[in-house]
Amino acid sequence: MRHTLSVLVENRHGVLARVAGMFARRGYNIDSLTVGVTEDPTISRMTIVVRGDDEVLEQVTKQLNKLIDVIRVSDLKAEDTVEREMALFKVSSDVSNRSEIMQIVDIFRARIIDVAPKSMIIEVTGDETKIEAIEQLLRPFGIKEMVRTGKVALRRGAKGVSS
Amino acid sequence: MTGPTERMTGARAFIECLYREGVDTIFGYPGGVLLPIYDELYSSNIRHILVRHEQAAAHAAEGYARATGKTGVCLATSGPGATNLVTGIANAYMDSIPMVAFTGQVPSSLIGNDAFQEANITGITMPITKHNYLVQDVKELPRIIKEAFHIASTGRPGPVLVDLPKDITTDLIDFHYPEKVELRGYSPTYQGNLQQIKKAAAEIEKCSNPVIYAGGGVISSGAATELKKLAEKIRAPVTTTLTGMGGFPGDHPLFMGMPGMHGTKYANYAIQEADLLIAVGVRFDDRVTGKIKSFASNAKIIHIDIDPAEISKNVKVDIPIVGDAKWILSHLLKHTGKAQSEEWLEKIAGWKEQYPLHYLESACRDDIKPQYIIEQINEVCPDAIIVTEVGQHQMWAAQYFKYTEPRTFISSGGLGTMGYGFPAAIGAKVARPDKVVIDVSGDGSFQMNSQEMATIVQNNIPVIIAIFNNGFLGMVRQWQEIFYGKRYSSTCIRDSVDFVKLAEAYGALGIRVTKCSEVRPALEKAIASGRPTLIDFIVECEENVSPMVPAGAAINEILDLERKE
Repeated sequence: MRHTLSVLVENRHGVLARVAGMFARRGYNIDSLTVGVTEDPTISRMTIVVRGDDEVLEQVTKQLNKLIDVIRVSDLKAEDTVEREMALFKVSSDVSNRSEIMQIVDIFRARIIDVAPKSMIIEVTGDETKIEAIEQLLRPFGIKEMVRTGKVALRRGAKGVSS
Repeated sequence: MTGPTERMTGARAFIECLYREGVDTIFGYPGGVLLPIYDELYSSNIRHILVRHEQAAAHAAEGYARATGKTGVCLATSGPGATNLVTGIANAYMDSIPMVAFTGQVPSSLIGNDAFQEANITGITMPITKHNYLVQDVKELPRIIKEAFHIASTGRPGPVLVDLPKDITTDLIDFHYPEKVELRGYSPTYQGNLQQIKKAAAEIEKCSNPVIYAGGGVISSGAATELKKLAEKIRAPVTTTLTGMGGFPGDHPLFMGMPGMHGTKYANYAIQEADLLIAVGVRFDDRVTGKIKSFASNAKIIHIDIDPAEISKNVKVDIPIVGDAKWILSHLLKHTGKAQSEEWLEKIAGWKEQYPLHYLESACRDDIKPQYIIEQINEVCPDAIIVTEVGQHQMWAAQYFKYTEPRTFISSGGLGTMGYGFPAAIGAKVARPDKVVIDVSGDGSFQMNSQEMATIVQNNIPVIIAIFNNGFLGMVRQWQEIFYGKRYSSTCIRDSVDFVKLAEAYGALGIRVTKCSEVRPALEKAIASGRPTLIDFIVECEENVSPMVPAGAAINEILDLERKE
């Protein structure tokens, strides 16, 4: 079972190390972790995807809350959350298959952000399944390099995790 | 005291902050980057105890904290000074003891350059502190120190480290000490949920086999009086963990001693047959629970703890109550009647009679039984503060001394730190000079910090060191005897040092005791001397701590290890 946690933390040096260190020390596995500043420059938001049953989730949440720099921890349920991930794919391509790749890019509402004689870089944003789907389709052309950001998520509607 | 906006150096501001926090004593060791602070200490009213190894500074600060309830303070220089504190900090973290550790650091401009005596001590101590700080601007210094003391002493107490680059101590500041702490991510819960308390009260009135299982949280929250009232009101027997010793009177008829690996048989049997376990300020340590699946498997469990993360961490809890133990127990007292426990108490009385803690006293004609020494200490000075190292002697001190007051038993529980007791005893004696303070020690543990003899002699701190000298690393030897066919691999340390001469070399009083008849006179002489004293008790070398539950077994699967005549 995977859980998405939205964690508001003080925007200070060393906080990421504290959070990551807590996971490492207690043997919890992070699937992905993204961090960036929020609308309040003194606060950062971490989106952490963690794998485990409800007991693991409960302990992770409590241990996060114990950290002095952690302001709030929320477990985001899929049904009331928007989630996105971004990926960049550097794909082998030349004149013979460029248009075929462009069609796939169109279908997925992705973007080509760099073209070279023997490769192109594609940017795609979406949920995890969408990124996996385009990856499947691009793989036969030859993925030279790829990078994924990990999930970012916000609760739907007016209510946020900080309210 | 300095006015609110006087201009001063960071080092001076450091001293001012300590004044504001009511610090009267710090334990430390100087070094290059601490020179500005040590120069200010020279003319301050704060007592600085110079130890001989930084590890001892941390343990002494902890002993001070445990004896008083105040926050202990230690100070070490950058690099090796700071890393030498690590064991002491980890010890305080595991036992939830309020401590603020200050470390010197290389100047800000050199941080990250592998400068001479640089260590990333905030990185190193992240997993073993409640929180830590690297001061990056002298203007932040008062706020950080205020926060450090607040975090260390509130909620679940613990150690906080503040790392001070040298330039921070020499830069100038318009000193102003904040009145309030503002930490938006930190607000411990003190008041327990009343609904949960009422639920707990209803369970108590329904049950017939209650057991109260109390730990160090009772002592840190000052809840001993409420615990006693509760036990007497609901008529429940009480068992206290190693760190909870003194949280309930050891001579009370409802007291069952310690549970777990070296607990009493009756405490363990009671837990296993309980239908209600009232756990107060405990964390269900594996040395208590044994095989977790079989632990108190017939009982509903009420867990009172200030740290929400302890709830259902190791053992699934039926009624959690998060908050301060004193607050919760006093409210539980208002809402609960008594349990239906008279038959149960009779059964426990029967177990106590059938399975008392005992040792082969008849063998004590010549060879000294270590348990006998503890009983004699108890008779000679029942009000003493007993501090222990780690090992067999520690368990005997827990089993055979009757602690009647909180803060009279100081021992390394969670981390099991050999070398802890002597420096912790120094801290306890500095904090409570009115008390007899005895470090109950093994010959192995003592050698881990024996250099602190110099500290007690130089500062005239009359700690009594009672070495239970069996020529072995006793607890490991015991395990080797039972589980490894007496193959005593690297545990024999016989004749490694003449402890009496060692004491005398440092200028302390040294006494050797080889006969039972000499035990009591030696203790009386040590107390009467008023001097730092080391007593080298030559005890039977293969005595075992009994009873014993093997690691991983259920706590009622108990081995009896008594030797036959």
